[in-house]
Amino acid sequence: MARIGVFICWCGSNIASTVDVKAVAEAAADFPGVAHSVEYKYMCSDPGQTLIRQAIKEKQLTGLVVAACSPRMHEPTFRRAALESGMNPYLVEMANIREHCSWVHEDRAEATTKALETVRMLVEKVRRNTPLEEIRVPVTKRALVIGGGVAGIQAGLDIISAGIPVTVVERTPSIGGHMSQLDETFPTLDCSQCILTPKMVELSQSPLTTIYTYSEIEEVTGYVGNFKVKIRQKAKTVDHVKCTGCGICVEKCPAKVPSEFECGLADRKAIYVPFPQAIPNKPVIDRPNCIYFAKGKCGVCKKICPAEAIDYDVEDTIVEEEVGAIVVATGYDLIDRALYGEYGYGKIADVVDGLQFERMLSASGPTGGKLIKPSTGETPKTVVFVQCVGSRDDSKGIPYCSRICCMYTAKHAMLFKHKVKDGKAYIFYIDVRAGGKGYEEFVKRAVDEDRVVYLRGRVSRIFEKNGTVFVKGSDTISGQQVEIRADLVVLATAVAASDGARQLAQKLRIGFDQHGFLTEAHPKLRPVETNTPGVYLAGTCQAPKDIPDTVSQASAAASKVLGLLSSDELVREPLVAHVSESVCISCFACEDTCPYGAIERVEWKDPETGLTTEIARVNPGICEGCGACIPVCRPKAVDLRGFSEEQIYSEINALSDMFKVKR
Amino acid sequence: MKSTSVADSTKTASTQFLERVEEQSGQKVRICYQCGKCSAGCPVGYAMDLLPNQVMRLVQLGLKDEVLSCATIWLCASCETCATRCPREIEIVKVMDVLRQKSRREGYPSPAREVPVFVSAFINNLKRFGRLYEAGLVGVYNLLSGHITKDMDKAPAMLLKRKIALMPPRVKGMGKVRKIMKNIEEMRQQ
Repeated sequence: MARIGVFICWCGSNIASTVDVKAVAEAAADFPGVAHSVEYKYMCSDPGQTLIRQAIKEKQLTGLVVAACSPRMHEPTFRRAALESGMNPYLVEMANIREHCSWVHEDRAEATTKALETVRMLVEKVRRNTPLEEIRVPVTKRALVIGGGVAGIQAGLDIISAGIPVTVVERTPSIGGHMSQLDETFPTLDCSQCILTPKMVELSQSPLTTIYTYSEIEEVTGYVGNFKVKIRQKAKTVDHVKCTGCGICVEKCPAKVPSEFECGLADRKAIYVPFPQAIPNKPVIDRPNCIYFAKGKCGVCKKICPAEAIDYDVEDTIVEEEVGAIVVATGYDLIDRALYGEYGYGKIADVVDGLQFERMLSASGPTGGKLIKPSTGETPKTVVFVQCVGSRDDSKGIPYCSRICCMYTAKHAMLFKHKVKDGKAYIFYIDVRAGGKGYEEFVKRAVDEDRVVYLRGRVSRIFEKNGTVFVKGSDTISGQQVEIRADLVVLATAVAASDGARQLAQKLRIGFDQHGFLTEAHPKLRPVETNTPGVYLAGTCQAPKDIPDTVSQASAAASKVLGLLSSDELVREPLVAHVSESVCISCFACEDTCPYGAIERVEWKDPETGLTTEIARVNPGICEGCGACIPVCRPKAVDLRGFSEEQIYSEINALSDMFKVKR
Repeated sequence: MKSTSVADSTKTASTQFLERVEEQSGQKVRICYQCGKCSAGCPVGYAMDLLPNQVMRLVQLGLKDEVLSCATIWLCASCETCATRCPREIEIVKVMDVLRQKSRREGYPSPAREVPVFVSAFINNLKRFGRLYEAGLVGVYNLLSGHITKDMDKAPAMLLKRKIALMPPRVKGMGKVRKIMKNIEEMRQQ
């Protein structure tokens, strides 16, 4: 026999001014199964909770309905209060008569009726609640970081600083990411290499770190605290254990291809180390461009290698790792050049993008830090910088702001003026967005000290006529059309999601937006978590951001990882789905529907017939209790603990009974 | 600097003006964020009194008199360079069309006087002959615009190459053409 206690909260005047709480408490006392019904000014306060705790003992209550605010606010509070009096916390339910009632209604009589109906529904539900136990799952104390750019490096460093081992998977032959390509960084103009490479070394030399370069994620299974990850190590063709990194092979290799690291401004060999400070500083063979792999002839590297490290027969290998948490830090790419035909991007030699300009500025770059016109090799005197190339452009399918361009363009113009004292720098902009510590001051410095000229307007067209590059733009402030003969044009091309981000997101079962950026659990309050527990985001894979923000987010993701891995067991809410074995017809529609991959196939022996069949089982460690499996289950074998069909129907029936009475 | 009170009028006539222009052109003028790419690439921009982005701005602010009496709307060549490149995908040409219609209908004088003269001569020519009679159009336009001898020197060569004809074209079904013209007139009345 149910003995339910109903506790109506005034929430000061928040509820009581719109809902007649006394009337609700009196009426609720007569509901079937209700043994006790009271109201109180602040149910969440200490006296309020004491009221509940005493009533549980004195009235021998078997369940509670607390009619107050949203369960998001105080469900944990009241469940804890119940537990202190020896009641299973899952026998407590909240009727939301604040957010769903008093706050959104004005008519007192109607609001009171609605509050009563809500309480009635919850009473019916609680009558059918069963005691539930929290789910405990063990935790693997190791983290995986996907992507070895500055975000991945920072997250990795912060995780190992707490003594937790970390596995870093990087797609290219070296860690370092885009930051290793940059020259100086805004707003302090400190050299990118000088602040990044020590971090690369620190991460790679820690005994807690395992780095897989030239590798990609093949498959991710498991769940929070217990992921199983398959990593595909692409065949490097060079045995990094034997290789001493002497570099003779690179020197002698006859095959040249445009270097990705130098953004096509210089060539690299088919056997290569992407840049001098690379980690690991040992080469790989880029097989599609290797003469030996294309034609079966050459083999110079193998012949010359003193360490006999070259083996043409090695194949991709799959490594398996078990980790408790995953940080995704896959970074960004620049937009496709073909998107901007009107700017001659990719066609006119003296039109380059921001990353190419960085390589030209860099002392270790293809020009040794000398600025040149790529077409002639002369020093450019007039450089035009164009912002928002792609960004904020619905017609190119990129409505967002890339966030970093305003600042790096100011920096580019500044560094150009530092190198070419008598040069002229023009920046076409729409709005200058310099919201960051020291950013606005930095832009002012470009105008004030370095005499950079800002022109407000988007450029319409960039074209070449008799070897001269013309930039046709406007200055909307003076209301004039502007045409500039430029020696060099630098396009601030939009930041786009990294190639393959979508596919990786699908493997991890995390969300991504229409542009391929990965989705956080909440844009404000859970910015580094994803909707899949145990998977976190860091850096530009989530949205365009600069280095300070990327590093902050990486550290935030690491702190989330450490919070998760600090306990030996994970405690999870028991509100998960379960399958009734004898009813399951093995159609596995639930398996296809489950967004979290929580459905497993298990052998089950029917105790009545003795037959063994393969049926669905819910892994409670993975299940998020979303309930998507329930409507697709044809024989109704799946049900949700704490939100069973019986409970939901009893709520609906209670409500329809009250409607009948009203009529 | 010329001062125009935007705040006073935004609530009434001016927002109506923006809404009418948007409705008639089918273009969301309100989302123009003044990047100026239209003005940057406009081949007629050098001759305009207001650049295309400024026209869009005046429409946004509802400054009807300023925009309907400018020369730009008459100088626009409808080449669609702006529309092709607009990052907000506004077809400025359609907005210009609507502005020209409004300007004519509401009797605003055009600073680019020849353009409306040409447009009238062109339409009357079509009404009369059903197809364009170039020699007639040039004659009427030159008379009304005051450039009597304009392009006369080109006439012999064009006649010889049969680019223009001396006599008006003969069109079958002039009755139908007149009916079309009448329908247009009736639609306009509505």
